[in-house]
Amino acid sequence: MVTKIYIPRDSSALAVGAEKVAVAVAAEAKARGLDVEIIRNGSRGLYWLETMVEVTTEQGRVAYGPVKVTDVASLFDADFIHGKAHALRLGLTEEIEWLKKQQRLTFARVGITDPVSLEDYLEHDGYKGLKNALELSGADIVKVVTDSGLRGRGGAAFPTGIKWNTVLGCDSEQKYIVCNADEGDSGTYSDRMIMEGDPFVLIEGMTIAGVAVGATQGYIYIRSEYPHGLAVLNEAIAAANQAGYLGGNILGSGKTFNLEVRRAAGAYVCGEETSLLESLEGKRGLVRFKPPLPAIEGLFGKPTVVNNVISLATVPIILDKGAQFYADYGMGRSRGTLPIQLAGNLKHCGLVELAFGATLRELLYDYGGGSASGRPIRAVQVGGPLGAYLPESQFDTPLDYEAFAKLWAVLGHGGIVAFDDSVDMAKMARYAFEFCAVESCGKCTPCRIGSTRGVEVIDKITAGKDHAKNIELVRDLSDTMLNGSLCALGGMTPYPVLSALNHFPEDFGLSSEAK
Amino acid sequence: MSDLQTTQEVSVAVIDALIAKHRQQPGALLPLLHAIQDAVGYVPESCYASISKALSLSVAEVHGVVTFYHHFRTHKPGRHIMQICRAESCQAMGSEALEAHAKACLNVDYHQTTSDGAITLEPVYCLGNCALSPTVVIDDEIYGRVSPAELDALIAAAKVSEVKA
Repeated sequence: MVTKIYIPRDSSALAVGAEKVAVAVAAEAKARGLDVEIIRNGSRGLYWLETMVEVTTEQGRVAYGPVKVTDVASLFDADFIHGKAHALRLGLTEEIEWLKKQQRLTFARVGITDPVSLEDYLEHDGYKGLKNALELSGADIVKVVTDSGLRGRGGAAFPTGIKWNTVLGCDSEQKYIVCNADEGDSGTYSDRMIMEGDPFVLIEGMTIAGVAVGATQGYIYIRSEYPHGLAVLNEAIAAANQAGYLGGNILGSGKTFNLEVRRAAGAYVCGEETSLLESLEGKRGLVRFKPPLPAIEGLFGKPTVVNNVISLATVPIILDKGAQFYADYGMGRSRGTLPIQLAGNLKHCGLVELAFGATLRELLYDYGGGSASGRPIRAVQVGGPLGAYLPESQFDTPLDYEAFAKLWAVLGHGGIVAFDDSVDMAKMARYAFEFCAVESCGKCTPCRIGSTRGVEVIDKITAGKDHAKNIELVRDLSDTMLNGSLCALGGMTPYPVLSALNHFPEDFGLSSEAK
Repeated sequence: MSDLQTTQEVSVAVIDALIAKHRQQPGALLPLLHAIQDAVGYVPESCYASISKALSLSVAEVHGVVTFYHHFRTHKPGRHIMQICRAESCQAMGSEALEAHAKACLNVDYHQTTSDGAITLEPVYCLGNCALSPTVVIDDEIYGRVSPAELDALIAAAKVSEVKA
């Protein structure tokens, strides 16, 4: 029997040498005359164990990690291809506690299948959602998505079904489905993992969206920083076209859906939906005024669904298992699961998909294993560079859109970046302004000018110049940006700034009683 | 001089072919600029006129788009491009020290090229490798958990590859 060996092609695995490991495993197997098949899967998301190599055994898949090139010979010596003992043996993959406790719905296949094998996708429940969708009317598909309670996972948490319904209700010869894969938030990588690890689920989700609202053309707008995701997507789209899952007559239904991947060009603001549409049209990514909503006048002025990768990749399981199945997960108005990405100064960084409701503390300590440096975790930024910093006193907050909103914080795209006690929060506040200045599209004054003035004011505060006056000034400036900016870039830069100031006043030369 | 002229002539031919290939695409400008930069290494200002003509845009609009996006370059970069991630997750894992180390070793600031033309240093804001911060990219190869010593090794490897070539 040919032994299957799984070695990830995920870019973070590549960043710690997965390619070299794959080459070494192939060479070693050949030298020893062993019959093995190497499959380049996505990552299981246990990144501290990458490169994680898995082998199929009668008991199931057995994992070894973190494997370095220098370990490969000894793994063969230990007969790892039959799942035998080795210092790096992690046991049956499915039994690894960190993975076993998760509720993987959107990520059900990531790390398990060969990302570019349509056959493998079909064997693992792929395209069941689309088949169900093709039996339903557009309005019924939209109803299923609405009833599931799915909210936009890009960060804004707008109900996906309601957005689709607006596009469905528009009378237009041409409509579009646009996937926002411009995942620019620091601390987030779930979109990347889906695109590299299970591209068909995104393609299926977009096809269902197209069938639902009557759109025949889709675009995936992917960051230029994700070359591997781009390659995998293009390979998967070609396979889907070839097999009739995309194109002019999807599965013989007579319905059309074509899909094209477009590369972004390194502008953070293009993750904002109207700026993204401008960019797709070949222009500078200047934010548009709303209304009109993109759902009514979007790409090239036509009705357009703009959804994040995770939102679209969650649609197939909802159409497969039903709205209620998905809605049964979660808490309050946050239904379903959230793929959480642990990042920064944590021992065990990786992808944790759980129903809404787990606390930040569980994620940081039970999953994250505490800080990587061994020092106390002092601050945590949730939701990317425009997300608030949370102090230890807020670590018991459940991951729920409304619970975070109450604290003047956001869940965003589900990225959690931990900092130990060596962090200087005044510096992080300065960085937030600096980032806004670098990335501002320049259309509105509060963002364009406010961000640069913000850097200057923070510099005066840390230099102790007119201290009280400048603290007041930074609050006033934040108020202007918050209320006067055209989009979330300028409008939310005050979140990291003011949360740093409010929770960590001692870093700004104030007494800690100023809290 | 003649070498330079030949290179320019080749670029013009390559760029004209790419313009012909992409001009009919809806929203063609970004795909076209990507194709040009992939082929030539940057987007020469000398091609703005032919792009604007083919896509019915003004030269100012083309210039505006090229300069809006961080990814596009208007000048020839060094033979290797090194990007260091400046985003929060990498900061939490020591990227500031890494940046300072790189700037000192290479004797350049961001957006500059070493005096021997070997390496251009660029900042980048998140590469989606936040689980294995800090992150560095050299010539499209991504590296995670990079220490200053490993950065030295990456720089040395880039230079060795040149000697071999």
